[in-house]
Amino acid sequence: MLITRRIDFSASHTLANPALSEAENLALYGQDARPHGHGHNYVLEVTLAGEPDPVTGMIVDLKDVKRVLEEEVVEPMDHRHLNREVPPFDRLTPTAENLAVEIWRRLQPRFEGTPARLAGIRLYETEDLYVDYAGQ
Amino acid sequence: MWTTRDNSARRPLVRVTRRYRFAAAHRLHADSLSDEQNCAVYGKCNNPFGHGHDYVMDVTVRGEVDPRLGRLIPLDQLDAFVHRVVVEPMDRRDLNRDVPEFARLVPTTENLARVVAARVAAAWPAAFPGSPAIPEKVKIWETKRNIFEVFVTAADGGRQGAQQEQFEARLVEESR
Repeated sequence: MLITRRIDFSASHTLANPALSEAENLALYGQDARPHGHGHNYVLEVTLAGEPDPVTGMIVDLKDVKRVLEEEVVEPMDHRHLNREVPPFDRLTPTAENLAVEIWRRLQPRFEGTPARLAGIRLYETEDLYVDYAGQ
Repeated sequence: MWTTRDNSARRPLVRVTRRYRFAAAHRLHADSLSDEQNCAVYGKCNNPFGHGHDYVMDVTVRGEVDPRLGRLIPLDQLDAFVHRVVVEPMDRRDLNRDVPEFARLVPTTENLARVVAARVAAAWPAAFPGSPAIPEKVKIWETKRNIFEVFVTAADGGRQGAQQEQFEARLVEESR
């Protein structure tokens, strides 16, 4: 069975590969590369897989899931500038793709050895763009 | 570059979904049926003057993240492609009269989804030669209550087919 928990956070970023010049980044990313950055209201859907406990009827206590998401994602990223405050985005472009992979890397170990396996995440950068990642 | 547990350098496999919108008119009418039959099958949708919808369309592309770009595909290029192949030819048009595929095909949203998927598949290899990104799925909301989803099948039968097999082989291997 799958269960999905949704959270949101707001953060600023600029799309620029630190290994490239400002002109190269503007050519690659267009207005997303403007050096002072811009922001998004990100929405994250975290999907867990498991079987409900016969006694509690729950796969996992969603309060625990909420706490993990707060610790790994919301607290470090909400109302932050991703490039300046959230490693590894000091050296990695915080595209939605890279951010989804980083969130997976933070969350996956927190569910290892628990009855709920991290099955996939979906990160919405805007209502019109989202990235799915399942650890592959 | 990301590394996995076995420490081999591998690029993450992601799916990117981008949403587009277009408004179009259509009339559901099958030439092979009589007027009475059309009226019975399609009801109000058979109105001879047509009607229209604000279509919402999600296009899903999958593949490996380009490490230099940090993206699966440059979004401006994806947007320009979908606008050229689908949105511009269909937005503010009458599907029956303005979109050649519907000259003889009923523009139900099942058929619209197939037509969009076929257009995307046919135009993709020339637009994105050598790209690791391949189109996977088209999902269209005719209204907020009626939603249609189809997989994109490679038009060239070769390059994308081979990529798909590699992709699926890797998924199987990594799920072990």
